[in-house]
Amino acid sequence: MTREPVLDIRGLSVDYGLGDAAVRAVRDVSLTLHRGEVLGLAGESGSGKSTLAYGMLRLLPPPGVIRGGQVTYHPRDGEPIELLSLPRKRLRKFRWAEVAIVFQGAMNSLNPVHTVATQLTDVIAAHEPRTSSAARRARAVELLNLVGINADRLGSYPHQLSGGMRQRVMIAMALALEPKVVVMDEPTTALDVVMQRQILATLVELRERIGFSVLFITHDLSLLVEFSDRIAIMYGGRIVESAPAAELYRTSLHPYSDGLLHSFPALRGPRRELTGIPGSPPDLRAMPAGCAFHPRCPRAFDPCADRAPELAPPAGREDSGRDVACWLHTAERVTP
Amino acid sequence: MTYVLRRVGFYLFTAWAAITINFFLPRAIPGDPVQSLISRARGQLDAEAVQSLYILFGLDTDQGILSQYWDYWGQLLRGDLGLSFTFFPTPVIDVIADSLPWTLALVGITTVISFLLGTGLGVLAGWWRGSWVDIVMPVTTFLSSIPYFWLGLIAITLLADQGGPFPSSGGFDPGVVPSWDLDFIGSAIYHSLLPAITILVTSMSGWVLSMRNMMLTVAAEDYITVAHAKGLSERRVMVSYAARNALLPNVSSFALALGLIVGGTLLVEIVFSYPGVGFQLFAAVGAKDYPLIQGIFLVITLSVLVANLVADLVYLLLDPRTRKEG
Amino acid sequence: MAVPTDVLSAPVEESPAKPRRRRSSFLRNGKAVSGLVIIGFLLVLAVIGPWIAPYDPGQRGDDLLVGPNAAHWFGTTHLGQDVFSQILDGTRSVMLVGLVAGLVATVLAIVFGVTSGYFGGTGGETLSAVSNVFLVIPALPLILIITLSLPETNDLTIALVIGLTSWAWGARVLRAQTLSLRRRDYVEAARATGESTWRIIGFEILPNLTAVIAASFVSTVIFAVLSEITLAFIGVPGVSEWNWGAILFWAQSQQALAQGAWWWFVPTGLAIALLGTGLALLNFGIDEYVNPRLRGGPQQVRGVKMRVGFTPVLPAAKESR
Repeated sequence: MTREPVLDIRGLSVDYGLGDAAVRAVRDVSLTLHRGEVLGLAGESGSGKSTLAYGMLRLLPPPGVIRGGQVTYHPRDGEPIELLSLPRKRLRKFRWAEVAIVFQGAMNSLNPVHTVATQLTDVIAAHEPRTSSAARRARAVELLNLVGINADRLGSYPHQLSGGMRQRVMIAMALALEPKVVVMDEPTTALDVVMQRQILATLVELRERIGFSVLFITHDLSLLVEFSDRIAIMYGGRIVESAPAAELYRTSLHPYSDGLLHSFPALRGPRRELTGIPGSPPDLRAMPAGCAFHPRCPRAFDPCADRAPELAPPAGREDSGRDVACWLHTAERVTP
Repeated sequence: MTYVLRRVGFYLFTAWAAITINFFLPRAIPGDPVQSLISRARGQLDAEAVQSLYILFGLDTDQGILSQYWDYWGQLLRGDLGLSFTFFPTPVIDVIADSLPWTLALVGITTVISFLLGTGLGVLAGWWRGSWVDIVMPVTTFLSSIPYFWLGLIAITLLADQGGPFPSSGGFDPGVVPSWDLDFIGSAIYHSLLPAITILVTSMSGWVLSMRNMMLTVAAEDYITVAHAKGLSERRVMVSYAARNALLPNVSSFALALGLIVGGTLLVEIVFSYPGVGFQLFAAVGAKDYPLIQGIFLVITLSVLVANLVADLVYLLLDPRTRKEG
Repeated sequence: MAVPTDVLSAPVEESPAKPRRRRSSFLRNGKAVSGLVIIGFLLVLAVIGPWIAPYDPGQRGDDLLVGPNAAHWFGTTHLGQDVFSQILDGTRSVMLVGLVAGLVATVLAIVFGVTSGYFGGTGGETLSAVSNVFLVIPALPLILIITLSLPETNDLTIALVIGLTSWAWGARVLRAQTLSLRRRDYVEAARATGESTWRIIGFEILPNLTAVIAASFVSTVIFAVLSEITLAFIGVPGVSEWNWGAILFWAQSQQALAQGAWWWFVPTGLAIALLGTGLALLNFGIDEYVNPRLRGGPQQVRGVKMRVGFTPVLPAAKESR
């Protein structure tokens, strides 16, 4: 794993709606995915994590609107590409070939009237029109084998597959063009625990074999702690903390991260007390003043209700590779 | 296979219901017209004809209702629908056989074209929502509320009467003799243009509206976002992913809509004096020709059932979820 | 005739909890309001029509087949009767039959649809089969032969016949909706606590079906109006004298076209189209209320085109708070 960035997001904001009715779902988010890295993105529903992932490829359905920011992709050789200013035709070529998404394998993510074979091969045909249909079919078989599905499933329709199989088809589909970055949007949420383990094992194996970078989005922090190199935590449309996974697990700085980590029991290691986080996620249309988390924060103090803290390295540990947005850890903090 | 069997079973059941309704209804009519006709024509009718009319109208009061019903079925299966009053003593089945092809040609062709065009336009209207295509909406709304026959009347006034380019009535030129030659066929086609256009204009709008709404619903599905994320061409997403799925409810409702289409076509025929089954029905109603009216009802209903079955089979081809294994 | 869109586009509701009433947003819908205005206007005419008509519709006059003029706004018939008065008088018959038929059909649709959807099993399947039979048999010929077989007919009996044959559509839609609602959590909870079936249907299920029932009612009225006009046009006895279809029947049989007397049937047809459009608009309004995806026009603000597949990118805006 190198420190070389492959996907660089700077100051991205996303709204739903226009004018007075606009709701800001992602606020001025900056995030970097490094080559070969697994970056976990955690947060509750409504925190903006999926919006961020789809927004960066301009895949948000109406009424989503991107308002400001830059998304830069760094290919291995060649000039960096600014995704938000790509003309549509080039963006279409870029999609899936460089950055692919593993969607949740729900019934709805696969076209119900096409076979698995068609859904695997049509993307190849769209990006590499000169391949023969035999070559495409061979590749489809290869992809299914990668995820452990028998080739005789090529002729099946989505409604004939189990949930776990559909998820694996989604993974196979994502890898069809050998992308450099794979975004995984809650890939295991709809599955039972046993299936979750299997899928994750498959993902780990594939990553080792092919070597793509991963942006793993989930609300389940326990998965990320195991699986990712770095973790970024989102709340109310903002990133509130980002750190290497092991360090975050050992010591979290933001009270929200702390709350999340104490919401699931650890199977191994010392016993920890299970606590939840009181209250509920903020209404994006009526955000609290100052720090979005302060109404629920057990350690809130004066500045929290006035101004929202910036995401920055914590005071005194500027080169730890961690960032946090909390008044408790800013240089100009007032002792609580 | 089970799907097909179930549908066939359903249609057989419906056919039985329609035939049974047809059986019971005339027994509600006050018996006068039938009696008087029979007594008037006693000399010209042979015994079988009289018997068939008796059976048709349940005047055979010696027999119980059940055996009457049985005889009625026997009659039907022999193709005997009774004798027409107005075209006495021509059997009803012959009268219908003369006019049915005209209606089938008119309805068949216009319905298919209207469905294809309407659906196509609806796909575009739904996909390009927010552009100039939206003008289509109020236009089609208005058009779909106009009764077919009224549009036909307007069309005749504007385009046919007083030296207009289209003929105002009939199925073919009065001077031409019906036969399978170019003259006749050409004349037939020429005469069917105005009725066909009238039907097309009003019925197409229904398809446009429903397809457009379905496209909007489908466009919000996840697999459309996936298709875009895959970098597929606009055309492929619109057609293979969106339209292909949005089409399904339309196909299944096509079958249901046939009943309405039949009603509308009947009227168009009346307005244009087009020699089809609808015009025949109109004349029959005026003359209180009950056997003919009933015969036409049966024929129309059975044709609609067959068309429904065909539509169901098409649906089977289009939606893999209806196909069971084996 | 047009294919009503409500059957096809009415989605099965996906909200997890009981939906709140949003009556105000319904009335803000332009289509619904214009539809209501048109229909309201025609209803008023239906009531006061015969009183405000300038002439007795059946009264013969001296001006035979005269075009529109100051004395006769819509011209006269071959017997010198005032077309305008005829149309006004006929409004009552048209609206009455339409509404009564719509009411009868909707009640039947609720009975068949909700019952078969809620109870399921063989009983539900049978009811569903019955409604499918009525759905598939072509309506107009059926109504025709029933009406012709009856010993005597008038507006009300015709309305009944239409109502008794056109409920199947609504029943199908309501059955689908009820089936889905039955599995909702709050219904299951009510059943678990032993609430009586009728209370459940009455208080938990029916209120959530109001929008669909309304759309079905409007569609049926459209169908009923067109059917009765058709019946009158064909010459079925029993329809009220100046029903719009009857006016057209006379126009047709007197060869109004050939004689160039366009005023006899053009205004009548326009009146029919007006009623049809009003009802259709109302239906769209209900449609858009039920299915939010159809709502909100072109979503274009200041030239920003929202299209599926490519989220628009705009310069950064000031944060609103």
